[in-house]
Amino acid sequence: MEAAAKVQRQMVRLRGRSYVAFVFVPTVPILDWLQEIDATIARSPGFFAGRPVVIDLSSVDLSQSGIGHLLSSLQDRNIRVLGIEGVEEGRLTPSMPPLLSGGRSCVVEPSAPKKAEKAETKPTSLLLDHPVRSGQTVIFPEGDVTILGSVGSGAEIVAGGSIHVYGALRGRAMAGVNGHTSARIYCQKIEAELLAIDGFYQTADDIDAALRGKPAQAWLQGNTMRITALN
Amino acid sequence: MSKVLVVTSGKGGVGKTTTTAALGAALAQRGDKVVVVDFDVGLRNLDLVMGAERRVVFDLINVVQGVAKLPQALIKDKRLENLWLLPASQTRDKDALTEEGVGKVIADLRDRFDWVICDSPAGIERGASMAMRFADEAVIVTNPEVSSVRDSDRIIGMLDSKTVRAEKGERVEKHILITRYDPSRAARGEMLTIEDILEILATPLLGIIPESQDVLRASNVGTPVTLSNADGAPARAYIDAARRLCGETVAMQVPTERKGFMDRLLRRRAA
Repeated sequence: MEAAAKVQRQMVRLRGRSYVAFVFVPTVPILDWLQEIDATIARSPGFFAGRPVVIDLSSVDLSQSGIGHLLSSLQDRNIRVLGIEGVEEGRLTPSMPPLLSGGRSCVVEPSAPKKAEKAETKPTSLLLDHPVRSGQTVIFPEGDVTILGSVGSGAEIVAGGSIHVYGALRGRAMAGVNGHTSARIYCQKIEAELLAIDGFYQTADDIDAALRGKPAQAWLQGNTMRITALN
Repeated sequence: MSKVLVVTSGKGGVGKTTTTAALGAALAQRGDKVVVVDFDVGLRNLDLVMGAERRVVFDLINVVQGVAKLPQALIKDKRLENLWLLPASQTRDKDALTEEGVGKVIADLRDRFDWVICDSPAGIERGASMAMRFADEAVIVTNPEVSSVRDSDRIIGMLDSKTVRAEKGERVEKHILITRYDPSRAARGEMLTIEDILEILATPLLGIIPESQDVLRASNVGTPVTLSNADGAPARAYIDAARRLCGETVAMQVPTERKGFMDRLLRRRAA
């Protein structure tokens, strides 16, 4: 996606800039392919958030209404399509994303500069200065969650990063939900119903009885969760 | 200035209706003008505990729907000059409670009374959410056992998010009232202790009502426990709780049954 424009006059300055876009290549049957996308989103919510997406229709033969349907299906999943390639222009309506060409493939790197940019605009931690009560859910896929107070039995904390509880943790805590294996869970008093880091979990029964009611932390060592006393 | 107080718990059978009647009577005895409102539409009980079941003509739903006027539905207590009851309907269900209608009734009651005490039904559905919707303060009735405590925690979360005050960014003042407390059983570890409960709920304590035969006896004769046996342990605990609600500082203690000399002598005789 390289766009270069000639500078015609000094008044209007146009700049070229390149972005790395995800290219989706839908395959038939489209429904199965959408399920695959759903599974990816379920595994890591926020995976497509804020990322440019282009769809390549060269391997499927879709009618105009078919393309429209595919686009709205993606929109339902909060995926916004920036452009389309691999289809003749006649099949696209003016309301659809524009036809692109001349794309070059590249290695998708975990975009480090983008993260830095994000940190400036969006906070990567959430601070709650009250207890989280039974039945309440706190979801923060963008980063760490810190709670000044207890997490009640039947409450749920879901964080993209680590979870810090300055109080008793009696409910469920799920850290590193976007595949962040170095996330940890810390609490002043461990009485948790369930602890999970990047999908690996332990229930109350698995937690060492000697630790109950004590300050503890949980982290991942390879594929096993370790829970140890703090200090 | 009038206050709307909701008596709630989440769990059923913990003593909400008993507490509503007892606190209502205790506040009325202090000279405040009090109305107790039954929100348990379809399963009303407050009229029985207040001993007014034979005098119900119109009810809350009639007033909410504009069928009857508020003064027609209010029942004056026969024992206390300042105590009134607004009964629930037994033949309808909770869907008949509309937010707009309830809001109008509560606003109307605010103009007439010092205390509007709403007796919430169990659960977290429409009846319970309507009872707490317009509250300024809440009494959360909790028994010393884990299921009741967790349900109370859930209700506190709702009071902090689903009430008009919470939505305006203000606070609903919350108080924990522990009922059916048996100090000897708590000491033996058969019940949660007061400290355990308060640690989990992180909310100030309004009072501790001891387990007592008085409570069942009072509701069976249709009298608030604070009136039926004002010297009994639960009555004294409720009266202390009412004083704390009015802002008085009263030392927290678990009242016990007063035993006279003869009682002690004759204690061994089986009932």
